[in-house]
Amino acid sequence: MAHSFWPGLAVQISTGFSHGSTSIFAPAGTPAHSIFSLSMLVLSIVAAIFLVVAGLLLYAVVRYRHRADAANASVEPPQIYGSTQIELSWTVIPVLIVVLLFLATARIILTTQNAPKPANALDVTVIGHQFWWEYDYPKLGIVTANELHIPVSDPKHPTPTYLTMSSADTDHSFWVPRLAGKMDLIPNQINTMWIDPQAPGLYLGQCAQYCGVQHAKMLIRVYADNPPEFAAWVAHQQQPAVDDPGVAEGRAVFLHNACMSCHTIAGTAATGRFGPDLTHVASRDTIASGSVTNNPANLRAFIDNPATFKPGVLMPAMHLSQHDLDAVVAYLSTLK
Amino acid sequence: MAVQTTTTAGTTQAAPRRLLLEVLHDWVTTVDHKKIGLMYIGYALFFLVVAGCQALLMRIQLAVPNNHFVSPQTFDSLFTMHGTTMVFFVGMPILFGFGNYLVPLMIGARDMAFPRLNAFSFWISAFGGMLLYFSYFGASGLYGAGSAPDVGWFAYAPLTAQIFSPGHSTDYWTLAILLSGIGNIGTALNIVATTICMRCPGMKLNRMPLLVWLYLVTSCLAFVTISPLTAAQIMLMLDRYVGSHFFDTQAGGSAVLWMHFFWIFGHPEVYILVLPAFAFANEIIPVFSRKAIFGYPAMVAASVGIGFISLSVWAHHMFTVGLGPGPNTFFTLATMVIAVPTGIKIFNWLATIWGGKIHFTVAMMFATGFLFQFLIAGLTGIMLSVAPFDWQLGNSYFVVAHFHYVLVGAILFMIFSAFYYWFPKMSGRMLSERLGKWHFWIFLIGFHLTFDFMHVPGLLGMPRRIYTYEADRGWMIWNMIVSSGAVFQAVATLLFVYNMVWSYFKGPIAGPDPWDAWTLEWSTASPPPAYNFAEVPTVESRRPLWDIKHPEDPDSRYE
Repeated sequence: MAHSFWPGLAVQISTGFSHGSTSIFAPAGTPAHSIFSLSMLVLSIVAAIFLVVAGLLLYAVVRYRHRADAANASVEPPQIYGSTQIELSWTVIPVLIVVLLFLATARIILTTQNAPKPANALDVTVIGHQFWWEYDYPKLGIVTANELHIPVSDPKHPTPTYLTMSSADTDHSFWVPRLAGKMDLIPNQINTMWIDPQAPGLYLGQCAQYCGVQHAKMLIRVYADNPPEFAAWVAHQQQPAVDDPGVAEGRAVFLHNACMSCHTIAGTAATGRFGPDLTHVASRDTIASGSVTNNPANLRAFIDNPATFKPGVLMPAMHLSQHDLDAVVAYLSTLK
Repeated sequence: MAVQTTTTAGTTQAAPRRLLLEVLHDWVTTVDHKKIGLMYIGYALFFLVVAGCQALLMRIQLAVPNNHFVSPQTFDSLFTMHGTTMVFFVGMPILFGFGNYLVPLMIGARDMAFPRLNAFSFWISAFGGMLLYFSYFGASGLYGAGSAPDVGWFAYAPLTAQIFSPGHSTDYWTLAILLSGIGNIGTALNIVATTICMRCPGMKLNRMPLLVWLYLVTSCLAFVTISPLTAAQIMLMLDRYVGSHFFDTQAGGSAVLWMHFFWIFGHPEVYILVLPAFAFANEIIPVFSRKAIFGYPAMVAASVGIGFISLSVWAHHMFTVGLGPGPNTFFTLATMVIAVPTGIKIFNWLATIWGGKIHFTVAMMFATGFLFQFLIAGLTGIMLSVAPFDWQLGNSYFVVAHFHYVLVGAILFMIFSAFYYWFPKMSGRMLSERLGKWHFWIFLIGFHLTFDFMHVPGLLGMPRRIYTYEADRGWMIWNMIVSSGAVFQAVATLLFVYNMVWSYFKGPIAGPDPWDAWTLEWSTASPPPAYNFAEVPTVESRRPLWDIKHPEDPDSRYE
């Protein structure tokens, strides 16, 4: 019973209800898979315990209820003070279950957290910020934000991605349920985890440690690309920023305002690190840490008043004139 | 049995009405453990309603995605105030209130060991609660009215540093916790001293009612674990105002250090709250099953065992902070081990009702709900003790559902049960059983709507503490159901409050022993006179009143 019910419910949750996006029962990478298998074992055991104990409780509650019309209704039932044998049995059996569960768990902890790192693993440094994600590829010379591109990992020739994580300000937590469990990003401390999506596609998640006002809109997008697409993406990101003379005016607005204090655009004087790197901002699908689609209208609204989409965001409203606003949006839209 | 009540019990009925000021003066200056207990309970009930309203506002906000019912800033202070209030200003005072009231009565004592310390502890805790809520006006000066702490109830560093939390809201939070901690340590010490020194003749340790045993364990735990919490608050204040760097990560401090300090308090705190719920169950379930508790020595051993083990499990709140595989494995094992004594308790309660004659009064209905719900809460707890499972479920709505199953499904159900059971002793009048049944069933429906379905969005990837969520994640339907359950719970709670007020004035007179029970508090009048017992009782077994009612078959023959 327990063995068919829980996986059945799990399948329903992963397929029937979810939109495929963030269910822990729809694993798509090795760590998430091993957690899923372990969770099925745990669920089966606790479901079995529940059925036995709840069944006994229910039976006792119904069977031993007081009946006012019974012949001996006013007589106290026999008083039983305890039984060493019975109590010993319900001590020893739980101990055995605990041993079993512990061994199965210890195995997954060690195989996940002590997994040897293959030579061809991709390294990415993840820095949590209030309220966005910085992704650095140290060996590839790429810095980007909020949309993490990594290669698909073929189980026969795994190419996992190793994340080295820290925070620039408060605690954050990186959680993409279909790929792996979460890992916190803590200032002044380096944490690591690895992911290996086994099918191409977009994997969603979000910050899972309360980090301030906009914790809710610190969304995560992981793009698992096939090897050729990933190589193309890398080559593109390694280019310097597009320098289109047609939008020189917008570029000037960007460089003559406070924008450059917080944002970097490679190849220009803008080298700020407080906000996301904008060198290839137009190549991203979303802005505001995944909360809205990247299109000129949204970009314009965001620059005019970032609190439109993310009240409490650290970027101030820039109070640009309508003319300057149009110019800077036109400029940023060319940064493919 | 209850003939000694002429003086005090008589005055409440017959004496001319006193001025309101006289009555107030009486309560403010009292050192009577019963009055202090009642003040604890009343104060906790007030905050229960306040923090319940905060929960309602949050559930309205989360009922649909991208809702604009409250601002993100408001939502953040709502969940901070809800959690802080429920743990420190509802859970602790209501349980210490019952402890204050019941422990001396059940051990045949005339008051607590230190009556004036008792009054001091209550008033300092109460002042802490006032200070927390004063933050709404004082945190940013009057121009910032409405600002309240917004760092979450476990207030992780460095979000609490001056730079991330300017103004004074975090200071009010810190001071409130510090003051309530001082009060709680005082009361814990008092209960330990009372239990050890004030027992009536014949009440050896192994004849103490289980409730008293559990209050002894819970008080020892509070005594041990509130100290590090208080120390951490002082360190945080030093960081914020003197420029020390305990938790200041910008200057080399450690965010994880705060987590250790907080959870070495925070996890035992769960047991500090749940052990009194076990205590109520240990008294109420036997009386309404008409049987002695099954396996008294094992119950005592399991309680003491839980007390000790609970001190070694704190880092299961930290499976995702990067402690490494070694600590993760150790704390998985330590956490799982606690399931064994907890299991013993459930099985012993099962064996107690087995073969009994269960009277389904409202108190017993709530206790039965407790048994089923605590079973489920324990099982989801085992799931969360599996570190890799926790990497997925930690900080998700699954965890929120799990601990509300403990706090509401187990603890609050037992608190309601305790009200229906001991209200007659405290007030002299019975609570309405008819209203009580409505209260029970409506609350049960609301509880299950809310907290059963709350597990699902967690499994679907919804983190806690988000003021809104994306529409495309498939979380809305679950959140809608969860929010609808909250309405039922609110209605049921209103019924309960109404029942208490109505019954206090109009309920049937209870008499000293309305439940045909067995422990000493039922041997004196309802409400008990000042100093409880005209003559200090002498006991010969765990159930002194059973011995009196069944002279042909006393417990003392078997112990």
